[in-house]
Amino acid sequence: MSEDLLEIDESMPTNTVEEFLRMERMPHIWCPGCGIGTTVNCFAHALETSGLDLRKVSVVSGIGCTGRVAGYLKLDSFHTTHGRAIPFATGLKLANPELKVVVYSGDGDLTAIGGNHFIHACRRNVDMTVILINNFIYGMTGGQVAPTTPLTATATTTPHGNFEEAFNLPYLAESCGAVYVARWTAYHVRHVTKAIKEALAKKGFSFVEILAPCPTLFSRRNKLGDGLDQMIYYKESSEIKNGADTKTIQLSFQGKITVGKFVDKERSTYLDAMNEFYEKKFGDKFTTYKG
Amino acid sequence: MKADPKGVLTGAHFIDGDHACAEGAIAAGCRFVAGYPITPSTEVVERIADRFPLIGGMFIQMEDEIASSIAIQGAVWAGKKAMTVTSGPGFSLMMEHIGLAAMTETPCVFVDVQRGGPSTGLPTLPGQGDMMQARWGSHGDYGIIAVCPNSPQECFDFTIKAFNLSEQYRVPVLVMMDECVGHMTERVIVPLAEQIEIYPRRYYEGSHEDFLLFKPDKDLVPPIVKAGDGYNIHVTGLTHDEKGYPVMTAAAQEKLVHRLIDKIRVNSDKIVEYKEDQVDDADVVVVTYGITSRVAIPAIEQARKDGMKIGHLRLIVAWPFPEKRIKELAAKVKAFVVPEINYGQMVHEVERFAAGKAHVELVPHGGGSVHNPKDIYNVIKNSIKG
Amino acid sequence: MVEVQKKKKVSGSVVISDERCKGCGFCVEFCPTDALKLSDQYNAKGYHPPVLVSQEMCNGCNMCGLLCPDFAIYGFMFKKKEK
Repeated sequence: MSEDLLEIDESMPTNTVEEFLRMERMPHIWCPGCGIGTTVNCFAHALETSGLDLRKVSVVSGIGCTGRVAGYLKLDSFHTTHGRAIPFATGLKLANPELKVVVYSGDGDLTAIGGNHFIHACRRNVDMTVILINNFIYGMTGGQVAPTTPLTATATTTPHGNFEEAFNLPYLAESCGAVYVARWTAYHVRHVTKAIKEALAKKGFSFVEILAPCPTLFSRRNKLGDGLDQMIYYKESSEIKNGADTKTIQLSFQGKITVGKFVDKERSTYLDAMNEFYEKKFGDKFTTYKG
Repeated sequence: MKADPKGVLTGAHFIDGDHACAEGAIAAGCRFVAGYPITPSTEVVERIADRFPLIGGMFIQMEDEIASSIAIQGAVWAGKKAMTVTSGPGFSLMMEHIGLAAMTETPCVFVDVQRGGPSTGLPTLPGQGDMMQARWGSHGDYGIIAVCPNSPQECFDFTIKAFNLSEQYRVPVLVMMDECVGHMTERVIVPLAEQIEIYPRRYYEGSHEDFLLFKPDKDLVPPIVKAGDGYNIHVTGLTHDEKGYPVMTAAAQEKLVHRLIDKIRVNSDKIVEYKEDQVDDADVVVVTYGITSRVAIPAIEQARKDGMKIGHLRLIVAWPFPEKRIKELAAKVKAFVVPEINYGQMVHEVERFAAGKAHVELVPHGGGSVHNPKDIYNVIKNSIKG
Repeated sequence: MVEVQKKKKVSGSVVISDERCKGCGFCVEFCPTDALKLSDQYNAKGYHPPVLVSQEMCNGCNMCGLLCPDFAIYGFMFKKKEK
């Protein structure tokens, strides 16, 4: 036997995730088998190794189950109105560009009521990271249809089945100008952590879509088992295709899931474009805007 | 604290109310404006867009009023003084976020340059039909402050006043202009920066450990902090405790929401402001605000020439309403006459506090122009008869 | 003769907060070494928290910790003791 057999370090190891959580508010409200908590682990680990000054990290959420993430993170956190996390985040960032602004919200919040703000922030390339948890449903309010609910799925407002086509979110984000676009699932914890880390480091509007189970509503109403069954579906049906054409990666009900990093490009952020523009126009009269 | 001279265009100007409002905001230290074009308010943000780049301000035309009204709140939490500007239809869209600002006690300024309503109404013509909405427009209970300029000079002065009140009471403040006042061009004197009194943001200065973002001082106003300073604040529109954490119980609701109302109500003696003329021995007091306060003057002067004892009470601050003064006067006068460019809004407040002790006569106007002073005169004359 | 190099065994363990567990099963299902199973015991909420099958099977990769939506488990690698 090798002499280098590892011996146990006596000091008690800590769950470093807890440093990022408001532990006094635990347990959280998410259901057994819900994937949101899983993504929070990934976010915390990404932050841990990001090298960011945590005092400067601000998290902005909207309304919904995922919207509650802001309330559990021990950072400056803002639980705003339904659909409006992105414009709030825009104000926060443009008023103090030193802040690292992360929007952490759900599919209904960000792409239904928040859809307009989503596309404009992409277009402007405001420097922020948007983490969108896609559970295909409006969870908090009891399971209504969302713009991401796949065709044929049942929801409380499509009790006979959904006949509306769903958004292809990476395609939407790319077409509106996002500079970093990735999709993973809550099963792909290490890829999610890496993607969030890359998105945080990226200058501009970076977008990470993470599929997560909603066992109580989406899975139950569609007779898909529980959260674990959905995670197994993610594992078995996902195909990693980095660089895939986002036009081709639409999701379908229990169908193939294309995951990966699809867009990672460079483009002037809103602020950089503004400063460059005014510098050219006004010369010495203009002082670079830094907040 | 005095104004930052960098933004103050000291001197005499010949500008309209919208432009004066923009200058007032800049003089008050506002350096973040998010807006959306809507007649007759657009010139405010157009001037801001022109001026901001060279004075270190950030202006962004957002995709709609809903985005504008919350982007300014993000900017406030990042440490800036912020304002948005709109008119009736946009004001309606902003209601949810006025409520958010009231609930989270975010100091910011909303300017409503009123026009004929309801709905699309009369975009280029005056109205005063948003006054009750200013008080009650968002759902739920909260306190709020609204000021009513009646000239471009007052658009300058009262926008500064609005910023000061918002910082003092950690509350959104509304500047209720109207299309007349906004588009009227008059002389506006912008004083020296050192002559402009600015109320600084009430930042907390204490240990990070014990900090409670919603714990009030004696005047019911909690000191504030900004993002990025390591306080790990949590701000939510849900009913919350003093730490800011959601607590959804009747007890938490009573504690928080009652204070949001009391914050303005209990301090109202310091906030209420009105201008009076010959009220003390009056038989009839004309209660006005905004442009109508100027239109009423020829009517009042004619009535006085005709031997009537007419007083004039002009609201500077419409909300909170000067309840005490109206109660006082109701005991002495025969009647109140309330001309407004709507079918009866502030008149209901006058009625409420007159409590039957004096007659209250409305002089309505649907909007689209200002009153004919003769109409105001006629109501004054009739009300004297008792 | 080919010399087969004996790989140093990476070892670790998990810390489980029984009372936080809501029995989703993610950790048990996706542990790469199948080192976890559901306990026969119940926690106060009525769920079966995970338990190590045997400590030798755990390599401390913390896959369970990353997956756990309730922050009820995390893995850690044994640190080499300073000589």
